[in-house]
Amino acid sequence: MADIYEALTRIVDKDYISNSKEELYFYGRDPGLMPPHEPDYVVMPARVEEVQEIIKLANKEKIPIVPKGAGLSLTGLVIPQKGGIVLDMKRMGSIVEVNEKASYVIVEGGTTHGTLKSYLQKHYPHLRHSIPDSPPIATVAANAVIHGQGRLTQQHGFNSDMVCGLEVVLPTGEICKIGSCAISPYWFSKGPPMPDLSSLFFGWFGTTGIITKIGLKLYPCKKLRDVMLFLTDRAELVPDIIRKLGRTEMMEDVVVSAQPVPLRFKGNFYILTFITGDTEEEIDFKKKMAWDTLWEYFESKDGGFVSLSPEMKAPMMSMPSKETTRFADVSKGGGFEYSGPIAPIDKYPVFVKKLEDLAEKYKLFYASSGRLIDGGHCMMFSFSYTFNRAEPETMVRAKKALDEAAEFVLENGGVMWKPNIDEQKLTMEKMDPNTLNLMMRVKRLLDPNGIMNPGNWEVSK
Amino acid sequence: MKKYQAQIHRCFRCGYCKFPTDYSALNCPSYNRFRFDTYSTGGRLWLANAWLKGELPWSERLAEILYACVTCKNCTEQCPMKFAPDIVEWIIGARSDMVEQGKIPARVKRFLESVYNYGNPLKIPREDRGAWANGTRKYEKGDEYLLYIGCLGSYDENAQKMAQSLVDILKSASVSFGILGAEEGCCGNEVYALGETDLFNSLASTNIEKFKELGVRKVITLSPHAYNTLKNQYQTMGYNFEVYHYTQILDRLTKDKKLKAGHGKARVTYHDPCYLGRHNKVYDEPRETLHRIKGIELVEMERNRADAFCCGGGSGNFITDYLAGGEDSPARVRIREAKQTGADVLAVACPGCLVMFKDAVKAEDSGDNFAVLDIATMVKESMIA
Repeated sequence: MADIYEALTRIVDKDYISNSKEELYFYGRDPGLMPPHEPDYVVMPARVEEVQEIIKLANKEKIPIVPKGAGLSLTGLVIPQKGGIVLDMKRMGSIVEVNEKASYVIVEGGTTHGTLKSYLQKHYPHLRHSIPDSPPIATVAANAVIHGQGRLTQQHGFNSDMVCGLEVVLPTGEICKIGSCAISPYWFSKGPPMPDLSSLFFGWFGTTGIITKIGLKLYPCKKLRDVMLFLTDRAELVPDIIRKLGRTEMMEDVVVSAQPVPLRFKGNFYILTFITGDTEEEIDFKKKMAWDTLWEYFESKDGGFVSLSPEMKAPMMSMPSKETTRFADVSKGGGFEYSGPIAPIDKYPVFVKKLEDLAEKYKLFYASSGRLIDGGHCMMFSFSYTFNRAEPETMVRAKKALDEAAEFVLENGGVMWKPNIDEQKLTMEKMDPNTLNLMMRVKRLLDPNGIMNPGNWEVSK
Repeated sequence: MKKYQAQIHRCFRCGYCKFPTDYSALNCPSYNRFRFDTYSTGGRLWLANAWLKGELPWSERLAEILYACVTCKNCTEQCPMKFAPDIVEWIIGARSDMVEQGKIPARVKRFLESVYNYGNPLKIPREDRGAWANGTRKYEKGDEYLLYIGCLGSYDENAQKMAQSLVDILKSASVSFGILGAEEGCCGNEVYALGETDLFNSLASTNIEKFKELGVRKVITLSPHAYNTLKNQYQTMGYNFEVYHYTQILDRLTKDKKLKAGHGKARVTYHDPCYLGRHNKVYDEPRETLHRIKGIELVEMERNRADAFCCGGGSGNFITDYLAGGEDSPARVRIREAKQTGADVLAVACPGCLVMFKDAVKAEDSGDNFAVLDIATMVKESMIA
């Protein structure tokens, strides 16, 4: 092991390599519920060549490598299940290029969403990217790798759909360009009109390579933004309501939340609709569209828009959403985790029922936040439960509830989003065998030594 | 202090604590310096919790990670949780447990021993504490203000000049004040932050007894650190008095035209000291004072007021200096940020910041005429000009 440490110091400045028990402790855990497992080294490369050399070393020594952004998936995806090297990518955090006319940005593999948001606001205030609700330290690349979602997901799909090119280091050490940038100096497409190789890296959780640069499409940042809140107490109406909002093609984002406290929340479903415009006239028109679209529910007394003061709107409008993070302290215990299935939006009522049933069964505090994806082809629905880190039995109960939720989701036609290793196994058991076989062949082809984030997308022997 | 043990597990390690409000940079000095997540507030809280639970043994490195926190309160400012106001106290609580068990890193041990043996962290004899004062009169009953200088102002060469400038200004404005000279004791702000609560209580009690004995009702402090502890901690220890940072007094004197700031000629950017800004929300008075010096153009750094980036000297780090070395040391980062404004002067209001930045300017070695000046000296020089 001393030899490996020495070898690492020949690649990366030794100030950015650790095998001290403090880093091994911290990087062996995430804020969620998966059991810890510590790495042997934590390394923070600064350049793609360093990543490349580390991968070559790992291949030579057959040591696992786990690329890590901020480690905020909550599902243990960067807990090094078999030890090895955790590559904390956040030193590679630069904005490489903004192509204003073609509306894309290229950033390094450890660049955070917070950094990108701030940079665009300062230098290109008329352009924006899809900011997830995760904290600002979440990295652009890791968020794309887990098929993250953000404020523009209702309009443009998963954040990974908005990628327009990659530079990756393959598990065998080659630096590889993906998309138009493989042929052209311009990063306008991650695949089309060629074979789209980018899908070899999204949803694979670092098992197929390490993203060292990522191109991201940028979208107009309109001058004005507003939010409307529609309230209904009938879960069975939610799918139609959000579908209709999506079909207006006028809304920036549509999210629906449910939680039992404060008491006024219990039994109600809060549908937040975000609107943008360059003029008050545009905003008013879009609001009118939302009103007109949902008027029938008002007439039938099944729902209505709630008047919001500027003070109430402010936390709803913040990007990223601090409110989402605050949920972790509801039980005054530093933790929450959610299973976030992607599912047809018609499944919303049965998922809500299951969410509440599991909360009651396991005596947990719950919340759910759902987001319309890509105009309504599907939605993300979160089964979120809090726990108290100082009371381990609450963690056991929360994990059981989430395990049960995952089984329910798969039985009901959903697909787990950023599944933990247990949920990955359930997913693979449910998967068409030929699809699974293809996945495993791809993985073996790219990573013949099995060094990349082992334990993930791994078929039990 | 122990109540932190029942709370510390609540950190979700979400990482908001690493940023300023607009996420434009890394604003936790030790995280920016070392970049391992362990050196962020979330990292420290998780490690301290692990140590308390027996999951992680004490080590010199663990202690250094805890002591690399400069108690700048950026985390408090940015943390989205309800417990945000308590975060720094949790870190101090963990340090306190380490002190109680005698498990502290060598540099911290030397700092505390020096305060214990010499009454200051610089290992200079107590009797020399008033040597800087050059005949400044001692506080007597009936004086309106006690001017409390603090350890750096008493012993550090640059900070002594700052103290002397303030004395000269107060004299010229006919302010009724006196100092304690060799009878002054360490305020204990850093001792508290380092977790030595017994020594802090002893220092504070001694100072309070002295204030009582002299009938002190109003105190002006040179240092924001002393301002913080006198204003917030001494007041809970059985003796009430008014406390002002010197920039608040200069603001009032110049506003009331009891002191006429003169002319200067510089493009100036002001650095908010953490213990004046984030800890005590004093942001305007130093700026107002600078505004009243004719000819000075005041420009802001990107990170200012509640988002100011710490000099790296807090929590005793102006001596222990756990964040020193290399271009990512906080003071050097801040000097570069100050220069980006086009300023030729970085104005400070804290002797600790002054010392840190003077060293950082030398380390940056950019060969320009960029100067670090304290506000007292700037006001004094404007009056001469």
